[in-house]
Amino acid sequence: MISSETTPRSRTRSLLARLEGPQTMGRGPAFWIAAAVAIAAAAAYPLTADAWTVGNAAYFLIWTFMAMGLGVVWGYAGALSFGQTAFFGLAGYAYGVITLNLGAAYGLTLVALVLAVAIGGLFALVIGYFMFYGRIQGVFIGIVTLSVTLVLETFMAQTAGPQWRIGEARLNGFNGMSGMPPLTLPWVGEDIALYPGPSLYYLLLGLVVICYLGLRIMLNSSFGNVLVAIRENPHRVGMLGYDVRLYQTLAFAIGGAFAALSGALYTAWGQYITPSSMGLTSAALPIIWVAVGGRRDITATLIGTIVVLAGFQSLTIYGSQYALVVMGALLLVTVLVAPQGLVVGAMTFLGRIFKKDKS
Amino acid sequence: MDLLQNVFAMLYQFGDTFAFLVISCAGLAVIFGMMGVINLAHGEFIMCGAYVTASAARAGLPLPVAILTGALVAGAVGMLVERMVIRHLYHRPLDSIIATWGISLIATQGVLIVLGSTMQGIGTPLGSIEVGSRSYSLYRLVLMVCALGLLGGLYLLFYHSRFGVIARATIQKPHMAHALGVNTGRMYGLTFGLGAALAGLAGGLYAPTMTMVPTMGATFIVESFVTVVVGGADIFVGAAPAAAILALIKAGLTAWYGQLFGQIGLLVTVILVIRILPGGLSGWLKGTTR
Repeated sequence: MISSETTPRSRTRSLLARLEGPQTMGRGPAFWIAAAVAIAAAAAYPLTADAWTVGNAAYFLIWTFMAMGLGVVWGYAGALSFGQTAFFGLAGYAYGVITLNLGAAYGLTLVALVLAVAIGGLFALVIGYFMFYGRIQGVFIGIVTLSVTLVLETFMAQTAGPQWRIGEARLNGFNGMSGMPPLTLPWVGEDIALYPGPSLYYLLLGLVVICYLGLRIMLNSSFGNVLVAIRENPHRVGMLGYDVRLYQTLAFAIGGAFAALSGALYTAWGQYITPSSMGLTSAALPIIWVAVGGRRDITATLIGTIVVLAGFQSLTIYGSQYALVVMGALLLVTVLVAPQGLVVGAMTFLGRIFKKDKS
Repeated sequence: MDLLQNVFAMLYQFGDTFAFLVISCAGLAVIFGMMGVINLAHGEFIMCGAYVTASAARAGLPLPVAILTGALVAGAVGMLVERMVIRHLYHRPLDSIIATWGISLIATQGVLIVLGSTMQGIGTPLGSIEVGSRSYSLYRLVLMVCALGLLGGLYLLFYHSRFGVIARATIQKPHMAHALGVNTGRMYGLTFGLGAALAGLAGGLYAPTMTMVPTMGATFIVESFVTVVVGGADIFVGAAPAAAILALIKAGLTAWYGQLFGQIGLLVTVILVIRILPGGLSGWLKGTTR
């Protein structure tokens, strides 16, 4: 297994081995069969539902990136960020501004997507640098990130005048931007515009699977192990010679980039973005998904996010105001009763049952 | 004469911002400084105080009494919240933030559902005074005096009263205080209640100047957090100078570039302060005097 030669093949194999490890729950054939069944079921889903419902399911998938990013920052690196929406909104606006200026031809929307994610990630890197190299810890990280997102919201809300334009794109203040093109794949003959529907759904599903597996590999690598060690005891990690600040900043930037991916995809999905996407209520939602699902495991975060989002939406039918009250109560109950998160609790329970069967 | 007028206008602007920062951050600062809990429901306690004040004032109570009622009701709600939720989370500071956020969501939306999207406010009392050619709200001048009174009152309470001694003892060495017969659980409850009451007071004081909406707490929240962060861990040393410096920056930027740059200036200041002075102003002040 351990060999010094680094042929591409052995490197792939060692990467794949990282799919399982101490930092992620779920291992062995049973887990991977379940995962494959889940992916297959998700892939078969558009066959059974109409286009509108599928577009709606795509909407759920969009948010999972932000949730997974927050899971890395908060659950693994132990830095509670309330301001993931800042990177979400910034990237959403960036996607809008870039596509309105460049147009949708030649797959330029994909370039815009990548650029928007880069801008969001870079912004997170800068904020992270100031916070972690300033030795900000614990609750203060939450306050600073929350302030950042609220100030961005205020800033964007006052850009109503005609002087607030970047090239062709008017920022439009409180009403937000709209009318940007959806993601467009360049294709022989005619480009494929991905409006909410099965094709966008499959693209997003593929992205979710790639990001999920990629994060599993990253979290089980030495980088992820150091992050978890920092969460448990930053002083000891520093004594062992790791630059704690660097690792925290990088983790924060990765989390920010994931939030930015959500933001750009959200803008492409609905073709609009408003300042309220960076407001207090929006900022609370990712925290709820991640806390309720379970922040210390990426699988639990993913499952929890989708379940809570689906629950939230079915509640919204009876009135979004009540849905928010229920979400607040859910958050409160989770923190008081199952601080690990409900999905993590369920998964440990299942794991225990399976172990009992074997012995 | 013209110069004097401008100086007065600047001073008024500065004093107004200073008063807003001090009054809105006091409750947050007490709870964070004494208990290490960041209370994200701070804005909702402010909203509670404002709503109660407005209702009481319209029911016929004189405004000062109405404001006190608002503060007391918010304080009572605060003690209830501490008893039911916060008490279980003292050893998990991050979870206590999340829990207070949950409370904040429930409170904002609950008020929206029960009382509707706005509530009839009360007009700003006391009228205005003329200085030179411009007129200034007298009530806002009263608020500045209130801010100074609040700082003085808190100083007296925590450094020259039995409650203050016991409260500080409980914060510094809970086990020792407990061994000496202090009911630490009750002290935590009272301190949280005091913080909530101060938030309610802020709401009551600013109720006549604001529109009454369920999300009104959010207008206070950034400013009060920023003041607490710049002030640093020791609230009593840090909060007042932090408010003064931030007020200077914000009033200056607002006067020259407008409201928005005032807020962005605050944010940039915070990010620079945490980079240069990680302990906040109080950490720095203590470091230089030692």
